[in-house]
Order: sequence, then structure tokens, then C-alpha cells
Amino acid sequence: MTSQGVWRAMLGFYLLLFFGFLFGPLIVMGITAFNTPNYPQAYPFEAFTIHWFSDLLGDSELMEGLQNSLIIGAGVVALTVPVGLAGAIVMTQVYWRARGLYYLIVVSPVLTPGVILGISTVIFWKDVTRVTDAKFLYDGFFLAIVGQSTFISAYCMLVFLARLQRFDRAQEEAALDLGATQPQVFRHILLPFLRPAVFSSAVLAFLSSFENYNTTTFAILADKTLVTVLAGRVRQGTTPEISALAVLIIAVTLAGAIAYEALRRREAAREATALAQARVEDGGEPGPALAAAT
Amino acid sequence: MSADVELDHVWIRFGPFVAVRDATLRIENGEFFSFLGPSGCGKTTILRTISGFLEPSQGTVRIGGQDMRGIGANRRPTALIFQNLALFPLMTVAENIAYGLRVRGVPRAEQRRKVDELLGLTALRDQGTKRIAELSGGQKQRVAIARALAVEPKVLLLDEPLSALDLKLRQHMRNELRAIQQRVGITFIYITHDQGEALTMSDRIAVMNAGMIEQVGDGQTVFDEPTTAFVASFVGENNPFQGKVVAAHDGRVTVDTPVGRLGGRNPRGLKLGDDAILFVRPDALRLGPGAGGDTLSAVVLNVAFEGTMSHVFLKGPTRKDIIITVGRGESQRLPEQGETASIHYGAAAGLALPAGRLASD
Amino acid sequence: MGQRRASPCPRAGSPVIESLVKGLLFAVPFVIVAVFWILAARERRAAADPSAKSFLERNGGVMAAFLIVAVGFWAIVMIVLPQLYMVDFSFHPKLPAKDYGGPEDHYTLASYRYFIYGSTEETDSYNIVHLRAFVLTIGASIGVTFFSFWFCYPLAYFMAQSAGPARLRMLMLLLILPFWVNEILRAFAMRIMLGTSGLINNLLVGLGVLAEPIDFLGLDIGMYTGLAYAYLLLMMFPLYNAIESLDRNQIEAARDLGAPWWHIHLNVVMPFAKPGIASGCTMVFMLSAGALAAPQILGGPNSLWFTPIVYDRFYQAFNWPQGSAYALILLLTCIVFVMAVMRVFKVNLGEITR
Ligand SMILES: Nc1ncnc2c1ncn2[C@@H]1O[C@H](COP(=O)(O)OP(=O)(O)O)[C@@H](O)[C@H]1O
Ligand SMILES: [Mg+2]
Repeated sequence: MTSQGVWRAMLGFYLLLFFGFLFGPLIVMGITAFNTPNYPQAYPFEAFTIHWFSDLLGDSELMEGLQNSLIIGAGVVALTVPVGLAGAIVMTQVYWRARGLYYLIVVSPVLTPGVILGISTVIFWKDVTRVTDAKFLYDGFFLAIVGQSTFISAYCMLVFLARLQRFDRAQEEAALDLGATQPQVFRHILLPFLRPAVFSSAVLAFLSSFENYNTTTFAILADKTLVTVLAGRVRQGTTPEISALAVLIIAVTLAGAIAYEALRRREAAREATALAQARVEDGGEPGPALAAAT
Repeated sequence: MSADVELDHVWIRFGPFVAVRDATLRIENGEFFSFLGPSGCGKTTILRTISGFLEPSQGTVRIGGQDMRGIGANRRPTALIFQNLALFPLMTVAENIAYGLRVRGVPRAEQRRKVDELLGLTALRDQGTKRIAELSGGQKQRVAIARALAVEPKVLLLDEPLSALDLKLRQHMRNELRAIQQRVGITFIYITHDQGEALTMSDRIAVMNAGMIEQVGDGQTVFDEPTTAFVASFVGENNPFQGKVVAAHDGRVTVDTPVGRLGGRNPRGLKLGDDAILFVRPDALRLGPGAGGDTLSAVVLNVAFEGTMSHVFLKGPTRKDIIITVGRGESQRLPEQGETASIHYGAAAGLALPAGRLASD
Repeated sequence: MGQRRASPCPRAGSPVIESLVKGLLFAVPFVIVAVFWILAARERRAAADPSAKSFLERNGGVMAAFLIVAVGFWAIVMIVLPQLYMVDFSFHPKLPAKDYGGPEDHYTLASYRYFIYGSTEETDSYNIVHLRAFVLTIGASIGVTFFSFWFCYPLAYFMAQSAGPARLRMLMLLLILPFWVNEILRAFAMRIMLGTSGLINNLLVGLGVLAEPIDFLGLDIGMYTGLAYAYLLLMMFPLYNAIESLDRNQIEAARDLGAPWWHIHLNVVMPFAKPGIASGCTMVFMLSAGALAAPQILGGPNSLWFTPIVYDRFYQAFNWPQGSAYALILLLTCIVFVMAVMRVFKVNLGEITR
């Protein structure tokens, strides 16, 4: 009993420590969003206020950053989802060493520090601009989108690859055999199969773009995104306004997670009933013979 | 245009591996033709070559007299039913069936009419709006057939379509397939490793082994007059006795086997000294010493009563037991386990063939 | 620095050689594409599949064009060329924009010399500040990686092998939630906790445990904690995934043989979870070594993390070649680390990035 008890106590203590570490700072930050002192302070708690939230709405710099983040996020989604899809399809069509070389190149951005991606993007496009005199290319929005997309495309590719692994090649062949052309096979068979992955990679791409700091801070040049504005603020000095923003972000995230989970459960339930139904029908199978039908 | 399918010295290689070796045969228009062979012998490979997913490494495939080289799967007058069916899970039953028409640009109304007709033919009426995941195994089978028939192929290719079904359903679907074939009247090329399926459904059968077509003929011929040791041992149960030919005349031979000298027919013209295998079907072997025929004796290992018949297993000359099937009506005394029993067979029941690989079960 | 022009600083060579080097450098993408194309074509044929069609046949014209354009743009224009440019740029001198490509523009090691000696020309003293920051960054990142591993391992094991499905879902959710919160905000939260007038100091002083608040941030404790805090989950999930696929029976069998618990972990679970460990360690190390937010926000006034130095080379000193050189040094370090991990754990790239 004692050794069991000791283990349990240790496990409990460890779990407490772990999740305390994970959530403690966030909870404390949440509390400071509602406390009156204008330095984020959780203890002592002086008086409840929501005035930091209303300040947030009037903060034009934050709002502009948010708008820029949304635009860049949309651009990243528009670029990375097709590129990731193409990357995954090419991946399934090469073998052995060619595949190794290809994988090494396209996955390397995932293992490269984000600052380096930002730096190299800026340097490269600056030179492209110099040589081609296409000034519009040396633009914070464009560079942020391209810079982030180097590694976000790899994320998307990995999402597509995971889904493609479950794709039954025979379906492609079946469509071809029925007379479809290659583009038709792609549109009718492969793309619908990949649709959930298109969706999840788009979400992943947007979120990765939205919260990216390291690459963006180099590539954005003179413009600002929500995250770079935030970083600047936090470095200058801390105000409970940032806590309030964090609380909002967490609330939105939580709502999203709950909605997603609910949707997933409903889908699972639907599938289960369909399957059960099919099984019932199999029991009475050899009933409708062809003879009866003809 | 007739839709005869011809294979003319077709070889198919995967790198150094030869999957199909010099296949030559002709399948007539409207025939129900089966390829029968153990798994891995190259059946699917042949089918994929006919349907256009593979090009022969050497040799020619002709359909209706036309050389098919360079003509892709989507432009051949064939339709393939895949081993795993390959139905489109994201489409409804009706959309699956209509798919071939859709990609051909057939008008909607025409598509609908055709789909209804095929749903009727395959006993799937009222199932058109269902999703594939909601169907039972047998229904999926029918959808695959309807989908393939929708494009009005001249040749329907079926790759072990029944292997995923349970026994009862499989037997039912055999009749159904045969009936559909007779109704639509097109060529069916059917692949199976199940001799029962091949024998009950086909007009003709090609028995394959390790990439080679060993024998082509109707079911009865393949069963009664196998031309190779492999066919004799693969199609139907058989008792092989290996040995050397010690006498050969008048279309008969005597083979010296470890269980004694046994006589049999000699359709392949074996000569004195040849290595041979003498085959006797289990139902042609009788218990007890024979009057004039060939007799041998062996230790009884096991007696299995199976209702309408019984199987007697005796210690054979090789690892494989000798099997005797005793019908219920026959007034033979079943031997005890462990006793040494004499067995014999009639003069016509023994069949000697050149030595060769046997089907290992 | 202007009047020192006269002093002979070693140059990479004559203009002919310069353009040769440049030409070679930018032939690299073509070489890569050619090698890839040859390999792909040869191996498709060697794949021993007569049904293998050429790329064009297999995808149709439109799709093939899309695939080539999309992947080509990504691999060459977005990944390979910028990296090559950065390498190239790091060997240039610092010049006003208009002088690039001009007569002053020679290949030079000046930026690297600066990293080591603190001057673009002299070599008599070392650039203690940057070298120290570099070594410290690498060392501390390894430390953070170690800590993350040992901190996450028990929970990963517990979740993978002992937790029931309901509790597992719960734990998963709890783990993922904080991960959705932005890196900056998490660093900010840590700052609220650890600042001199942060919660912990307020509490400890308020309770009379401390007379004076501890300067966690100034001591860099805040930064290390913040790094571990930021990237904990990138250790957690690969570990969990790897341990999860271990058959429980193997552990039971080892236990039946009387192996003590630490022995089971060291010799059964960890070897099995190697790919996950490698993956987690690589990610955490790479992200820590390349971290910008946590050091900027949580670093004390005297702490020098390498990434912010790179940032300052660019946007404070406006010395882009130097920034490139520093970035390259960081990149090479990360590559060496990834390769070392792959060697030590005997895993391949695919297993790390899964
Ligand atoms: N794409 C391929 N590459 C290499 N070998 C193959 C390929 N496809 C089939 N084979 C080999 O060819 C032989 C015949 O396969 P198959 O035609 O599928 O047999 P089955 O008679 O069971 O349908 C098998 O040994 C198989 O391993
Ligand atoms: Mg097969």
C-alpha cells in the first residue's frame, strides 16, 4: 500500500507542477487584465475593472497590426495550401534518393530558425528588386508572406502527405479506367479526398502565420503585424492592456476548440450510425436475387 | 466490331522479375473466361495489361483485332472491377455508377436513365442516393459491377471480385454474375484463385502458375484431362505418386513409385525412364484389394466423417497424405486408425503426367 | 575605418575569380534540379514498374505545369536561392546600397573576422561579447532541451501507457490549450510572474520570506524559464507519439523478468521512443537557439542571446553582411546539431519531422 501510495502522491505532485507551470502564468496574466493598477499585477488585487479591454478597441496601432496580420494570413493561406498540395503530390511520385533529396530541401525550413528564413528572404528579394527594378517586390507584406510561406508550406505538405497515405491509388485507376482524363481524376477523385486536409492545412497555415514573430519581424520591414506590435509594446513596458488582449485571444481560441470538438463528435456519431445500418443490411443479404430483378 | 481479346507472346517483367511468361491465348467475344491460379502467379498483372495500366514488356495485346499498344486505360473498350472494388467513397451510389458517363459528357437525363436501368439490373433499386459507406459487402459488389457496365464496355475484367465476401454470399454472387453476363452478353474475363468459382462460372479457364499459362480449356477438360502436374494437383483434390516410368505402351504406362508399381493413362506420351507423377483422384480410390486394377497399401492415419461422405487419410510416400473419399452409399467398411489398409483404383482412374511442380497447398 | 583603407586586407581575388565564384554559386539551383531530375527519372525506371509513366503522362499537362511551377517556386525561389544569397552576402563588405556590384564590392571575410576578433581588420583581440553570447546561447539551448526532455518524459509516458481514454483526452486538451497562446504573450505572462514587481516577488516579499525582491530577469532565470515554457509542447507531442506506439506487453514482459522501473525506462521505453526523443530535442534546440521573443522580452539588460544580436546587426547597426554572417553561423550550428542528433539516435530526417 505504502509504495503504491508514494508513487501516486509523486505522480499527483508532478502533474500539479507540470500543469501549474503551464497554466499558472496564463491564469495570473488573466487576473491582471481585470485589476486596476496600470502595471499588470495579480497580487494584491485592488479592484475589478474592464477598462483595459475598452482601451484595446481604441488602440489604433494594435487594430492596424491586426488588420495587417489578417491580410498576411490570407496571403499565406492562398500561397501555402496550393504549394503544400503540389509538394505532397510530387513527393508521392519520386522514389529513394530523389525523394531523399527532395524531402531534405523542402523540409529544411522547418528545421531552420525562423530569423534566418526572414533574413534570407529579405536579402534575396532586395537583390531581385535591385536587378529587376521591380520596386513593388520589396514590400513588407509581400516579403512577410513569402518568408513565412517557406516553412508553412512544409507544414501544409506534411498535412497533405498524412492524408495521402490513406489514399487508395486504385480509385485513381478506377476513374481512369472509366474514361476520365488526368485532370478529371484530379478534380473528381483526389481533390475531394483531400478536402479535409485542405481545410486543416488552411487553418494551420493561417494560425502559424498569425502568430509568427521570428520570420515576420525581419521580413515585415517598416510595416507591422499584431505580433510585432505586441512585441514592441512588451519590450517597452508592460501594461494590463496586453493581458486583456491575451484574455481575448484565449477566449476566442477556447470557443474555437470547443466548436471544433463538437463538430468532430457529431461527424463521428453520424459515421457510426451509417456503419451500424450497413451491418444490419448485410445480414439479410442474399434476398434480392438478380432473377427477381430481371 | 467483335471484341476478341488476344494475347500474343506477352511477357511482363518487373525489373529482373518475370511476372508473366510468354502468354498466348485468344478469348472469344461473349465468352466467360477465367484465369485460375494461386495468389502471386500473375493473374492481376495480366488483367492490368489487358485493361491498359501496364504495357507488356514484350508481345502484343489485341482487342477486336486492334493492337492496344500506346492506348491508355481510359481509351480502351474494357472496364475493370478492382480486387478491392475501388468505389468512390465520397460519391453516392448513383454518382458512382454515372461516373463513366459524366466524364464522357453524356447529358444528365441520359445518365439518370442509364443509372436507373443498371440499379434495376443489379438489384439495387432505391439504393441510388446512399453513400458507399452505408452499403453492405454484397451491395458494394453490385455497385462496382453497375459502375463498370455503365460505360458499355466490350470486355469486363473482374479481379477476384468475390474474395472479400463471406462464403454464403460468394456462392450467391456466382450465380448472379453468371446471370448478368448472360444478359448483357459481353466478354467477361474473370480472375480467381478459387477453383470452385472458375469451374462453376466459366466457359473456359486458363490455369496459371508462376507467370505461365499451363492449360486452357473448359472446366471439365481442365478437371478430367489436366495436361501438367501443376494443373492436376491445383484443380480439384488429387493424390500424386512420383516415380519413374518402367513400362509404356498402348497409351498406358506403369510407374515405379515408393508404394509400388502403379498403372495409368499416358496422354502426354511418357517414355521408358521418364520421371513421372501418377495422379489418382480421392474419389477414384477404393478401399480393399482390387480384383484386376492397381493395388497399394498404407497405414491409416485418420478417418474423418463428414456427413454425406468420409475422408480416409493414409500415410503417403511423401509428406502429403493419401486421401480417399468414401461416399455414404458405398458399402465399404471404414478402416480403423492405425491399421494397414489395401487400396486400389480402376484402370481408367490413374493418370500419368511428366514430373513437375505441384500446387503446394 | 575610412583611413584604414590603405592597410592591405586580404581579398578573395581578382574580378574574374569573383564572377566565377558568383557564377558557381548560382549554378547550384540548376545543379540541384538536374541531379533531382536525373535521379527521379532513373529511379522511376529502376522501380521496376512498367506502369510507371513519365511525369507528364502521369499528371496530364495542366497538372504537371502546376506541380512544376509550385514546387519549383517553393524549392528554388523560396528556399534554395535565398539561402545562397545569404551565404553570398555574408562574404561582402558593408557598403551603401548603390555601391553593390561596384568596384568596392569584393568577397571578404570581414564579417566573420568581426565575429571572432571584434574588428573587420585587426586580429589581436577577441570579440568576447559576441563569442560569449554565441557559446552561451548554444549551451543554454542544450540545457533547455535537456530540461524539457526530463520534465516532459514522465507525463508523456503516463499519457501514453497508463492514462484511460477520458483522462487522456482531458490531458491532451489541457496541453494543447496554452499552445494556442502566442509566443509573445506567453513570454509576457512569464514576465508578469517573474518581474521584480511580479507576482512571485510580491508574494515572497509580502509573506516576509524575502526582504528584497529577486531580479529573476536580470539573472537570466526568466529567460531560461521562458524558453522552456515556450517550447515544452514540441517535446511533449513527439515523445507521446513515440511512446504511445510501444506495445504495453513489452513493458509487462520486462517487469515480469524483474527489471527495476528505471531499467525498463532506460532499456525498453527510451530506445523504442528514440525517433520521438530525437524529434523533440531537435525542435526544442532549434527553436531555443533561434528564439527572439523570449530573450527580447525576458532577457535582462546584460543578457546577450545570439538571435537578438543578429537582429541588431540588421536593424541597429544596419550591417547586413554582418547580420548574414551571424545568421549563417547560427544556421550551421543548427545543422550540425541536427546531424549530431541523427547520428547519435540513428534516425533519419523523415522520423524527425513527422
Ligand atoms: N509493380 C510491381 N513491381 C514488382 N513486382 C510486382 C509488381 N506487381 C506485381 N508484382 C509481382 O508479380 C507477381 C504477380 O503478381 P499479381 O499479378 O498481383 O499476382 P496475382 O496472381 O495474385 O494477382 C507477384 O509476385 C508480385 O509480387
Ligand atoms: Mg491479384
